[in-house]
Amino acid sequence: MERNLTHIALFAALIAVLSLVPKIDLISGVPITAQSLGIMLCGTVLGAKRGAAAVLLFLALVALGLPLLSGGRGGIGVFMGPSVGYLVGFPVAAFVAGLVVERWRAPIGVAAFAGAVLGGILLLSAFGIVGLRAYSVLIAEGVADAKTFTWVQAVAAATPFLIGDTIKAVLAGAITQSLARLRPDSVLSRA
Amino acid sequence: MLTLISPTETPLHRMPACLKLGAVAAGTVLALRVTSLPGTAGLLAGLGLTLLALGPGFARQAGQHLLALWPVVAIILIWHGWSGHWTAGAVVAGRMVFAIGLATLMTMTTRLADLLALAERGLAPLARLGMNPRAIALAMALVIRFTPVLLDKAAALRQAWQARSPKRPRTAIALPLALAALDDADHVAEALRARGGL
Repeated sequence: MERNLTHIALFAALIAVLSLVPKIDLISGVPITAQSLGIMLCGTVLGAKRGAAAVLLFLALVALGLPLLSGGRGGIGVFMGPSVGYLVGFPVAAFVAGLVVERWRAPIGVAAFAGAVLGGILLLSAFGIVGLRAYSVLIAEGVADAKTFTWVQAVAAATPFLIGDTIKAVLAGAITQSLARLRPDSVLSRA
Repeated sequence: MLTLISPTETPLHRMPACLKLGAVAAGTVLALRVTSLPGTAGLLAGLGLTLLALGPGFARQAGQHLLALWPVVAIILIWHGWSGHWTAGAVVAGRMVFAIGLATLMTMTTRLADLLALAERGLAPLARLGMNPRAIALAMALVIRFTPVLLDKAAALRQAWQARSPKRPRTAIALPLALAALDDADHVAEALRARGGL
């Protein structure tokens, strides 16, 4: 019980620290960071439920005003920006990544990479795209002549992340494998 | 480093957190109702005057937070202006800046302790679902305490790397950092159990 709690809390802190890797802002206003590596690791190392809990804990503290998000952003304002879809998708991404590692009995590095791709790239991008489109519709609602993102444009805005995300999924697989070798009892997704 | 609150005390700091949260929600809904340029300009002027009334230093700090939005604002304006709909673009961008500005105002004037208390009250009904609200509050406190600890470890790892290599460490410190997080988690769990557990 205590162990579950401290692992969830420490990995929430790990997401925050990984977000300090220098970031580049894309033209769509959604930044590139190692934050998604933290999200993937929460799932692949802690497992589905605990991984999602760690991400939710992280998001709760961001909402309360801690500047833990990439670029030192925080507060409820970030949930009112165009990248809100990614924020909503974070816990789901960690859950799915963890589920793959728990259920698929392949070598842990392979399973972690597959989980990171499925949850941390495919699913998370889908959330980001739907979020971007929904946000542009909501913010333009009722304004005459206002434009909204088409689906094609929303997909185009999310595409530049895929290169970095693929690198991060490989890293997530490698790091999870190393952790499983160094601390077999602490990798709760396979414990 | 771990907070966005303004160091200069303003009257808004003394307002109850739940009241401010309600005001942010109401203001956001209101912003989505306003569809005209004068209306949006009025909202933004109101927000700007409020910020200035709270002091020039405070207004500057809030302005810096909102300045981070400029790429998004520029895209919205250019994109609309391209087809001659400048007004619509200005209204859409103005609404977004107002909603985010209002939320920033709350974040800058509400102490973390007050927000944590509000969150704990909000989480209290979870006890009926078999979850322990005190455990959640403890987990939040642990994150707040251990983020700076892990940041220090990350800085030490980066320095150690730079002492040996002319290249930047980038993601090379991610593994030792994750290992540190796992080990710290085990130590804290042991310490919690030694003190009687949850």
